[in-house]
Amino acid sequence: MTLPNESITKADITAHGLTAEEYERVLEILDGREPNLIELGIFSVMWSEHCSYKSSKKWLKTLPTEAPWVICGPGENAGVVDIGEGLAAIFKMESHNHPSFIEPFQGAATGVGGILRDVFTMGARPIANLNALRFGDIDHPKTKHLVAGVVSGIGSYGNCVGVPTVGGEVNFDPAYNGNILVNAMTVGLAQKDRIFYSAASGPGNPVIYVGSKTGKDGIHGATMASAEFDEDTEEKRPTVQVGDPFTEKLLIEACLELMATDTIVAIQDMGAAGLTCSTFEMCSKGGTGIVMNLDAVPIREADMTPYEIMLSESQERMLMVLEPGKEHIAQAIFEKWELDFAVVGHLTDSGRMILTKDGREVADLPIDPLAEASPEYDRPWVETPKANVIASDSVEHGDWAETLKTLIGAPDLASRRWVWEQYDHMVMGDTVQRPGGDAAVVRIHDSERGLAVTTDCTPRYVKADPFEGGKQAVAEAWRNLTATGARPLAVTDNLNFGNPEKPPIMGQLVGAIKGIGEACIALDAPVVSGNVSLYNETDGEPILPTPAIGAIGIIDNLDQTATVGFKAEGEAVLLIGGSDTVTEGWLGQSLYLRDIHGVAEGAPPPVDLAQERVTGDAVRGLITAGGVTACHDVSDGGIAIAIAEMALSGDIGVTIDTGTAPTAPWLFGEDQGRYIVTCTTETASDILGAMRNAGLTARQIGTTGGDQVAVAGGASVPLKTLRDLHEGWFPSYMAA
Amino acid sequence: MKSAVIVFPGSNCERDIAFTLTKITGSAPAMVWHRDAALPDDLDLVAVPGGFSYGDYLRSGAMAANSPIISDLKKRAAEGVSVLGICNGFQILTECGLLPGALLRNRNLKYVCRDVTLSVEQTDSVFTAKYKQGEVIRIPVGHHDGNYIADEDTLRQLEDQGRVAFRYCNDNGEASDDANPNGSARNIAGVFNPERTVLGMMPHPERLADTRLGGCDGTPMFESLLDRLS
Repeated sequence: MTLPNESITKADITAHGLTAEEYERVLEILDGREPNLIELGIFSVMWSEHCSYKSSKKWLKTLPTEAPWVICGPGENAGVVDIGEGLAAIFKMESHNHPSFIEPFQGAATGVGGILRDVFTMGARPIANLNALRFGDIDHPKTKHLVAGVVSGIGSYGNCVGVPTVGGEVNFDPAYNGNILVNAMTVGLAQKDRIFYSAASGPGNPVIYVGSKTGKDGIHGATMASAEFDEDTEEKRPTVQVGDPFTEKLLIEACLELMATDTIVAIQDMGAAGLTCSTFEMCSKGGTGIVMNLDAVPIREADMTPYEIMLSESQERMLMVLEPGKEHIAQAIFEKWELDFAVVGHLTDSGRMILTKDGREVADLPIDPLAEASPEYDRPWVETPKANVIASDSVEHGDWAETLKTLIGAPDLASRRWVWEQYDHMVMGDTVQRPGGDAAVVRIHDSERGLAVTTDCTPRYVKADPFEGGKQAVAEAWRNLTATGARPLAVTDNLNFGNPEKPPIMGQLVGAIKGIGEACIALDAPVVSGNVSLYNETDGEPILPTPAIGAIGIIDNLDQTATVGFKAEGEAVLLIGGSDTVTEGWLGQSLYLRDIHGVAEGAPPPVDLAQERVTGDAVRGLITAGGVTACHDVSDGGIAIAIAEMALSGDIGVTIDTGTAPTAPWLFGEDQGRYIVTCTTETASDILGAMRNAGLTARQIGTTGGDQVAVAGGASVPLKTLRDLHEGWFPSYMAA
Repeated sequence: MKSAVIVFPGSNCERDIAFTLTKITGSAPAMVWHRDAALPDDLDLVAVPGGFSYGDYLRSGAMAANSPIISDLKKRAAEGVSVLGICNGFQILTECGLLPGALLRNRNLKYVCRDVTLSVEQTDSVFTAKYKQGEVIRIPVGHHDGNYIADEDTLRQLEDQGRVAFRYCNDNGEASDDANPNGSARNIAGVFNPERTVLGMMPHPERLADTRLGGCDGTPMFESLLDRLS
């Protein structure tokens, strides 16, 4: 065989991130022949952590991925769940951390673009975007710049494509100073008998390239995303891609229009590692080979080499296999939408990828051995040592009213209105519950059903105890869906961790995956898609372990839902779940301890999954039966913050009355598995009785009314004061 | 009532306006591609929807204003067919000259999506007949370029001729500066042509015309159209 003989050097191998053992395997696969530079580049991206999951695969396999309603679990572009009435929800969350730190606007924007493509490539119209964001210390000189850039980037992309951004989360912690996290999630809807997959079958079938032209941007993005940052990271700016949401919008419409015809055999977007990854994955799944003519690939710059064409991560591109003879149908649609359309090759039965340029072969690689022989490591790991449980009396408790004022305006609890008002959260005309509640609710278009969607994770819990923290991330997402009245269906996980080659970090990953798996089983919400982002370290400092969970639930009747805000004066405020005391509370890893006492210590609150399930099912039952007027889960900041948020949302005050005076640990402790609901006073005792009969603790803890948050016989804080603090922090921080 | 919605590359509120028109007026609008030479015959209303036509990569609306369909739109408007431009649609109508003024970048340079309160300034039109003069209504905005500007003579003319349709206002109906989400001159949220048959507005009445979405203050606009144009 006569391939261009650009001999590669040892330095080339190292620069491509391949270890000596991995290079040995390359030689084995090529029957002893040395790869040329193009081929080396292809091996490098295919075997990068980002594309191959080589460190996490062993553990990801342990996650529960099946349920009767799961149509497609992990392994495709996104997960697919049956939501009844002939419809499927398709969703996934994915990270764009490294690019967003280097260039926040484009990094975040292209993160949104990438996850949108993962969803519409399967035949779904995207109906909701969410994003989970983690930034560094609020006083770090870069933080504001990164927040502004990321939010603006997400908005610019999501707003332009016309998909509402309805939810998400924003946290701050010094551990993210050098590695912010930008995790974007898209949820789409499709007819369940019209789902499109990526397996390229049928030798002879034409392979089509559509979308934007290929440029020199993003070359080796996947490799960058698989290495630690250091002081030279800023110089990697050219590897960040530039997004074009207008083209993406056209691509969505053109693909969905084409999908309505019977033309497509297989389709996949070009994401990480661009043309390389999409061709390999499609052919590997379909058991085929491919001959591709790189001269036919639409390019942006005339002098692009085969290496650059294959590794470019230019955005807004898709690869499709069509039924033979139907190219003209697709071409007409793409021309209408003014998008590039090119037949770039055809499938073969050779099981090999052969690339040609200028009339000669430039690469010849076996597909299956390369895709399947990607390394899988059983990396050594050590379990995170258990932290001590912190006693309720370990700190001197101050005035609860002052504490409430501090926490309601604290960086991790203040209103995120500044963020979500920059996102179009209403386009498509189906946003029933807007951002700011427990979960967003999006109506299934032209129906009376809805999807509840949320993202959750409490990284400080995960750091203190990866297993409990992993459980909690799933439980919290499940709880947020439940609090709207939705029946949770499935989750997507976005695992953001440090360098897996360090046993303590690997231990965090292993612990969190075990916790996630256990919670998903107990709560009957399998993992149907996900993404792993490792090496989130700068100069050896890792991020907090952050397994972000995105979750969706179905609402069968939009008349049977709950929202957070108090609805009327004189209603009973009930606490459902947790322990039957008004003096105790779990302080370890609470925001109360961290933000009021400066103590970031202790074991995080444990999650009793069996109890979680029973409590949530009971609360959902109350909501769907129309028994409650408002519902909110208790999470960061505890009962006091949950009640204050309900009061602010409904603009109605509340008096907390628990008989004996409540203590700070009870008010601000973060015990899990609890909800606050309101109901009319007439129905309160029936509801409490029903809850107790179900084996749950439930008690009335107050009554709505007035314009303050008060404790009976004690202090009070005007709602206006709380609102100013809650709404004021973000805008004044960003303006300062 | 026979209506049409023009779809440009990058429009993204065409389904929303079509859905609302269908629900309230009882008949579905024709969806017309921007490259088509002509709108359907015998139209009562043409809606120019929101979105990001051509990505807003040039000035918002500037590219769409040069689409083939625009010449027929102008012709129909001259014949008295009602034209409603919402958000990007408003920008397109100013760019193609059917309405005066222009929409600049919001004064705080940020995209803004939230409910705003508007005062109804003119009820003598096919769009606003079902509102009460001075009524305060709640309608969402979602835009980056909604800062209405025109020269002083034009602004005076708009006021004198009763061509200001809506103004951003506070809960008491006062056109205060803190109720102005984008810096628009005289808090103007929507304007008419001299005949009041063409309306352009930044707020989205189609986004709150459904109790399920939390409000119906947009509904009277579509009821007015149904009532006056049927």
